[in-house]
Amino acid sequence: MVSLNAYLMLGAVLFTIGAVGVLAHRNALIIYMCIELMLNAVNLTIVAYSRFLNSLDGHVYVFMIMTVAAAEAAVGLAILIALFRNKPTVDVDEIHLSKG
Amino acid sequence: MELLIFYAFCVGAVVSALLMVTTKRPVHAAMSLVATMSFLAGLYALLNAHLIAVLQLIVYAGAIMVLFLFVIMLLNIEEKEGKLAKNAFFIQLAGTVVVGILMVAMVVLMNRLGPSVTSMEVDPSFGTTKAVGWMLFTKYLLPFEIASVLLLAAIVGAVILAKRRIDNSKA
Repeated sequence: MVSLNAYLMLGAVLFTIGAVGVLAHRNALIIYMCIELMLNAVNLTIVAYSRFLNSLDGHVYVFMIMTVAAAEAAVGLAILIALFRNKPTVDVDEIHLSKG
Repeated sequence: MELLIFYAFCVGAVVSALLMVTTKRPVHAAMSLVATMSFLAGLYALLNAHLIAVLQLIVYAGAIMVLFLFVIMLLNIEEKEGKLAKNAFFIQLAGTVVVGILMVAMVVLMNRLGPSVTSMEVDPSFGTTKAVGWMLFTKYLLPFEIASVLLLAAIVGAVILAKRRIDNSKA
């Protein structure tokens, strides 16, 4: 039988990989993908807790997280397209419109 | 048997996640992310979360990743490789150290706390579409409706952001 700790550990490892990816990459598309990976790691943790606490509420939370992730991906990628039209790059070091 | 499947999916998810963050090409990263999400769907199925597993495949590995690939193709970054941050090596090193400390801490904690919760038997209806749908339309009806409004706002926002600006000077 798989213990709860194994799932929590996998969630933590995936979240850390995502966080390192966000910090290390300069390509906005890959940064978005790393954010999705972090959301997935959190989802795994919630589903594991939901299973071991024998409560279905966690599944509803995961459902909501998926909805928000879909909305975030749609709006974020639209912003990226709008930015790309002004400045043909996806390098976040070169996109510094809000820098003082 | 369950343990074997768990470890197979576990290794698959971690390896494809590592492939995702080590590649510099967005298309390769997207394909690795699809693999990670599929492995995670298998883990959800293992956790009796059948509806979530199917949603993971349809919504995440299907719809969201198609959106990503679509944008990658649309932006047409022709074979140009993405850059890494200037101090990427140190960030990766720090990440590895953090994972190592986390592992050691969790192993120590597990030994200190004694045997952890192992899976108990759950209801056969746990995690089915019917059970989750029942929760969604009774206890969580208001959040469900708000989520639909959020999706509508996101659609409208995406269309407005991505459409070409209408040139007013010509008219």
